[in-house]
Amino acid sequence: MLELKNISFAVEGAEIIDDLSLTVPDGRFVVITGPNGGGKSTIAKIIAGIEKPSSGKILLNGEDITDMSITDRAKSGIAFAFQQPVRFKGLNVFDLLRIAAGKRINVSEACEYLAEVGLCAKDYIDREVTASLSGGELKRIEIATVLARKASLCVFDEPEAGIDLWSFRNLTRIFENMRTEQTDRTIIIISHQERILNIADEIVVLADGKVKEQGTRDEIYPRLAGSELAAEPCRKLV
Amino acid sequence: MVKLDEIQKRLMQEVADLHSVPEGAYNFRANGELAGRQTTENIDIVSKSDVSGIDIRIKDGTRNESVHIPVVLSASGHKETVYNDFYVGENCDVLIVAGCGIDNCGTGDSEHDGVHRFFVGKGSKVKYVEKHYGSGEGTGKRILNPVTEVYMEENSTVEMEMVQIKGVDSTKRETKAELKAGARLVVRERLMTHGEQFAHSVYNVTLDGDGSSADVVSRSVARDKSYQKLDLCVLGNAACTGHTECDSIIMDEGRILALPALEANNVDAQLVHEAAIGKIAGEQLIKLMTLGLTEAEAEEQIINGFLK
Repeated sequence: MLELKNISFAVEGAEIIDDLSLTVPDGRFVVITGPNGGGKSTIAKIIAGIEKPSSGKILLNGEDITDMSITDRAKSGIAFAFQQPVRFKGLNVFDLLRIAAGKRINVSEACEYLAEVGLCAKDYIDREVTASLSGGELKRIEIATVLARKASLCVFDEPEAGIDLWSFRNLTRIFENMRTEQTDRTIIIISHQERILNIADEIVVLADGKVKEQGTRDEIYPRLAGSELAAEPCRKLV
Repeated sequence: MVKLDEIQKRLMQEVADLHSVPEGAYNFRANGELAGRQTTENIDIVSKSDVSGIDIRIKDGTRNESVHIPVVLSASGHKETVYNDFYVGENCDVLIVAGCGIDNCGTGDSEHDGVHRFFVGKGSKVKYVEKHYGSGEGTGKRILNPVTEVYMEENSTVEMEMVQIKGVDSTKRETKAELKAGARLVVRERLMTHGEQFAHSVYNVTLDGDGSSADVVSRSVARDKSYQKLDLCVLGNAACTGHTECDSIIMDEGRILALPALEANNVDAQLVHEAAIGKIAGEQLIKLMTLGLTEAEAEEQIINGFLK
């Protein structure tokens, strides 16, 4: 279980996260939505340890991880997918998957992770993780690295950002599969997308650095449907 | 002929990946003396009579054969200049592995200056691998100043892999190539300097024939207080294509000067240069840390990948 207790985060005096508390039980598929600038990506980075809160506590399965480094959080079971996947000159997809898996996986194991995100492994395994890959391909590879982590808590920061509609539809299918096939993992996705909100167990609406609403999909989704916070793909992506 | 000692064998492994005597032709040189030579029906190796060095003559049509000519220096204070000429016949397809390893445990500077000239016949394909490596705890410097000249006949191809990633205190690498019609040159250089090391790498590629092309990519890392100067020049005198890329990472107090140069003397010459110098991007480190690596491990992975 992940517990955020009274988290605040400020940049140059501006309060981005304001005394936020949130509990995510194990095995839940939670989508955090809300207006731009509301603090969604910041909270995702705080969970991964990329940003340090100015106050408050973060507990993972009862253990205080507030002061834990990014590395130690990764080792304790937190995986994070970047909104803008990072590119590496010289590292190929296989290298990245091997690092993510934390062991010397073989090509067929790496191929399984790529197949899970809908990529034909033989076309990608030796490709450098650079701009030679499209935004959609980089996003899927980013997700494959998270899958290879076998983490108990996976955080995805706006997976729909910067990709085309076709790639987004494929991504949605990946999350739908995760929702049905990997029920032992806790998944937190930062997203505005209706299709992703629609597969959540729970939806959290974040605005002005605070939790405005939190509840089951059935409770929250009808109120968001059609608004900017639950946009159809074409409205947000085109 | 001298017998290699353990240090020299280790250097051989570093520069030529040699764990045992290779197949095909070879010429081993240790501390200025011949340490082994083998010729084949198609590849002859003859010592020069006027200067130190060898002539390697590869017959027309030689295919899928290799030549290894590693050099090792383990005597502190030893300095030498060696002239090796490669005459590659027409329609060949060969692998040439060179390289020099210096182990200097003493106080005198050790230096190997290798001058390699390649005369590549029509339609031939050559893959050339050259690794430079230094080791040893002595105060004497390890110095390597390779000169490489490549003269390419029509429709020939040369792929060069030039690697120097450890232990060489001072180096000036000069590479010159002249290409006739349809010839293709591909260079992949990888350099890493550390400590107080200095490296100067110069490329002068002249595209003289229509349809000739060159792709010269240098990736380098300057760590600690080391300094690198990279001069990459491509000259297009015909309807040709040239691409150079100079991509560098600086760390600590390392310094790099990159001087790209393109000169087009023909309206159909298409020449492109890319250059970038910067430190390791913070987001790259963070990404690998989210995958469970420490910052130091992440840095190592990024550097290893970059220089791979």
